[in-house]
Formats: sequence, structure tokens, C-alpha cells
Amino acid sequence: MLKKGLLVAITLLCAATAFAAKDKDSIQVKGSDTMVNLSQSWAEKYTEENPGNFVAVTGGGSGTGISALISGTCDIANASRTIKEKEIALAKQRGTDPYEIKVGLDGLAVVVNPHNPVSKLTTQQLADIFTGRVTNWKELGGEDRKIVVLSREVNSGTHVYFKEHVLRKSDPNGKEEFSSGALLLSSSQAIADEVAGNSDAIGYYGMGYTSAKQKSIAVAKDERSEYVIPAIENVLNGKYPISRPLFVYTNGSPTGSVKKFVDFILSKEGQDIVTATDFVPVKK
Amino acid sequence: MRKFKEFIIEKLVLLCGFASIIFVGLIFLFLLREGLALFKTAGPFNFLFGKNWYPISEPAQLGILPLILGSLLVTVGAAVISIPIGVGCAIYIAEIAPIKIKEMLKAGIELLAAIPSVVLGFIGMVTLVPLVKNIFHLPTGLTALSGSIMLAFMAMPTIVSVAEDALYSVPKNYKEGAFALGATHWQTIWRVELPAASSGILAAIMLGIGRVIGETMAVMMITGNAAVIPHSILAPVRTLTATIAAEMGEAVVGSEHYFALFAIGIALFVISFAINVTADLFLHRDE
Repeated sequence: MLKKGLLVAITLLCAATAFAAKDKDSIQVKGSDTMVNLSQSWAEKYTEENPGNFVAVTGGGSGTGISALISGTCDIANASRTIKEKEIALAKQRGTDPYEIKVGLDGLAVVVNPHNPVSKLTTQQLADIFTGRVTNWKELGGEDRKIVVLSREVNSGTHVYFKEHVLRKSDPNGKEEFSSGALLLSSSQAIADEVAGNSDAIGYYGMGYTSAKQKSIAVAKDERSEYVIPAIENVLNGKYPISRPLFVYTNGSPTGSVKKFVDFILSKEGQDIVTATDFVPVKK
Repeated sequence: MRKFKEFIIEKLVLLCGFASIIFVGLIFLFLLREGLALFKTAGPFNFLFGKNWYPISEPAQLGILPLILGSLLVTVGAAVISIPIGVGCAIYIAEIAPIKIKEMLKAGIELLAAIPSVVLGFIGMVTLVPLVKNIFHLPTGLTALSGSIMLAFMAMPTIVSVAEDALYSVPKNYKEGAFALGATHWQTIWRVELPAASSGILAAIMLGIGRVIGETMAVMMITGNAAVIPHSILAPVRTLTATIAAEMGEAVVGSEHYFALFAIGIALFVISFAINVTADLFLHRDE
């Protein structure tokens, strides 16, 4: 009996130390789908340089990441939008203190099928398409076909950013909504695939997802302005109208291994990875 | 000592017996507690019959009528496809097929039941969705019809196996009597066996439909998820289940959106509970 008890005690002790050790060196990163590839690249490079430090990256959407930070199930939340007032209030209530760090910029590409003759639009026209006021491509100089509007699900920072800055034109009292007929797809990749296979579709996502199977629309602020394609230099010099900052949030200002990882992100090496994954760095 | 052991085991088994009921009760209580909190801020009428679902806007619009209709449309579509095929398959297996084919078919149906829904959804997305788009010349193939077809595959195993059991348990002397009166094989099936097994077949259909309405992954992948009141089966729809699955990750715990998702859970629970109870009533109608 005594032997058995001892054995149990030893096992528990081992488990406890193993758990503690794992806790100390592993960083849980969660959030924005837009930033998953970027974050994964950071994690790989960082682990390579600091063997024994483990970084786990998962997606799910900016809202998912921030919820997880608030409930304490991740150390770093990736977000492609700023944290909402409501979320800050809830975090305070739960005893967490979200700390914002800007780590890069992203241009949102509006994409159509390469067979679609339409190749440039103003932000006003984009708002009309995505709210459902314009429903046929011929009103935009295209063929007489119905527009298939694709959007991300509501847990996506991209969805929220697009709604606030394109549909509502950054007006905080705006009431515009995505057309209820818009198809809500669960990932940027799903939008990319649907656009690649459907010549009537229009969608949006971080410009890193664009490939030869989709065509990026050149966007202008209004009819008199220059139409600009989403490219790194156009986001950097501020010409491209739909670009947004990318953030990571930590609980309080970062300490320990989290600080080390955040410092790595902001280092030249980390920012080079930002460029390599088709985003725009904050520091040069 | 032996009696004591017996007593303990008896009570343990009793506990296991009641466990599932206790779990259902607890789940329902939890759903009620979280879901009913919504109605402090939103009216039940606006919730059930509101036409707009914009959960993250200020103020949020939480009307689930398009979602309910979306779920119903996909379910009715799946039922129309799966019931004739499923019941036909059950008749063939129970009455007509030679023993070898019978075994083969039964194994195949079990295999169909074993395919995870996400795999069916994925296959549907790659094969069925473009097909539907091209056949009907639609702007997009992500429609209620695509969802219905894929869900019909999922309902079929349940319908076939329960209906086959029902047909199999029709007393043999009914059949022999019909033959003795000079009825053909088809007349026997149609006039004697199907009516005799009708309660079991109805139960099979209800269970199949219950499976369809609760299905999430496949519908989320192939129905387009547009929260608009559908005017045709060739339009995109958003179902109750897909809404919960897609939005639960985002909903901040304790927010109106979060409570609304639980309230959707209550609606779903009530619907599938009603379906299961109906199935049960049919099954035990004769007793």
C-alpha cells in the first residue's frame, strides 16, 4: 500500500514538473487567419535560433485570438484589427490587460476571376457591390452577369476592417452592412478558391493570398484619383487606399520568453520575414 | 461482503442507466440558462421572426428567421432525396435481394455511415458544387441544393437500416398469406408489408431527418452561409448549426451575441427533440 502511494506521489511530482517546464518555455500564439503564415514563419525561425523554446501558432480569426487572450488560453493574440472597447472592458473584468504592439501592415486585395473584364474600381463602387446596391457586373463595365459577393465570416478581422473602412468609409456612425446575400466563407483560402473557379465572384483578403488564379482590382479613393494595385510599395507610400495595421496583443507589457519573442518579431530579421510573406514591415 | 459487493455493482449500473438522462437534463438546463439571458435585452418575437442577422453590428440585429428557413429548406431537400432512395433500398435489402447481395449492401451502407461529415463536405465542395453551378447555370454552386444532396447521403444509412429492421420484423405469415391469396411479389410488398411496417418506416424517416437538421460541418462548407431568406433551393442559405459553429469562436463570453448563439442552440434542441419524440411515438404506436 505504502509502495503504491509512493509511486503515485512520484508520478504526480514528475507530471507537475514536466507541466511546469512545458509552461515556461512554450508560447501559445492564436488569432488572425491573415497572420497565420507570417506568425508561423516567425515561430519557425525563432525556434531554430533558440532551441528548446517552443512557439505554437493557431488561427481562428482576430476575435478568436483576443477572446483566448482574455480567457488566458494564449500568451499572444494576433489581430488584424484594433481591439474593441467592449473587449477591453471584458478583459479588465477578467483581470487581463491587453497590450498592443504594431508589427506590420497589410494591404487588402479585392480580387476577381482573371476572366472578368473589370479591373479597376473606386472605393465607392466597392461599397456599392458589397452592400448589395449594385448587383450586376454590367453596371461596372463588365458582362451582363450577376455579381457573387464573397466575404469572410464575422469572426474575421478582415471582415470587420472591410466593413468599417470600405462599406462605412471609416465613419464610426455608419450603418452600412454587408449584403445579406453575401456568401460568408470560413477562410481566406476558401475565398481564393471560389474566385479562382467562379468568373462572377468578387472577394477580398490579405494581399499575401493572391496568386495567378485571381486578379487583383486596382482601387482608387474616388473617380479623380489614381487607380492603384495592391503591392508592397503602394501600401508603404500610402497610395493604396485599403491597407491596415497588423497587431499582436499580450497580457500586460511582455515579459520573459514572450518579450524575447516579441523583440525578435520587431528585429530586422523578424521584419524581413514580414516582407518575405508579402506583408509590409513597420520598421526598415 | 458478497451482498455488499452486489449492492455496489447494482447501484453503479443504475447510475450508468440514468447517466444519459442526467446529462441531457444538465445540457438543457445550461442551454436554457445561457440562452434565455438573451431575452433580457431582445424580444423573443424579434429573435424568432427577425429577418436580419447582423450579430456584430451596433446595435446588433439578431433575427434568426433566415437561419430557421435555411435549415428547414436544406432538411426538406435532403428528405425528398433520401426518403425514396432510402426506403427503396430498405425494401430491396429486406425483401428482394439474394443473401449475398444483401450482405454486400448492408456493409456498404455501414461504410457510408462511417464517412465523417467533413469529408463529405470536402468532396461536395470539390465535385458537387461546380456541377450544380454548371447544370443550373447559377452564379454560384454554393446552394441549399448542394447541401441537401450531401446531407441526403448522411441520412440514408439511418433510414435504410431502421426501415430494413421494420420490414424484417413483419411476421412471415402475413407474406405467406398474401402469396396464398394469389398476390404478386410487388402487390405483397406494397399492400401488405409496407402498411404493416409503416410505423417503423416513419420512425426511420424521422431519425434520418433528425440527423440532417443537426448536421453542421458539411452544410457550413457547401451552402454558402448567406443569411438571407431563401426564395428557391438554388439559392445560398445559412443554417442554424453553421451559424453557431462559425461564430462561437468570435463571440465574447457574456455578450449579447454569445447568448444569441445559445438561444439558437435552444431552438435547435427543441426542433430535434420534437423530431425524435415524433419518431418514438410512431415506433411505439402499436403497443
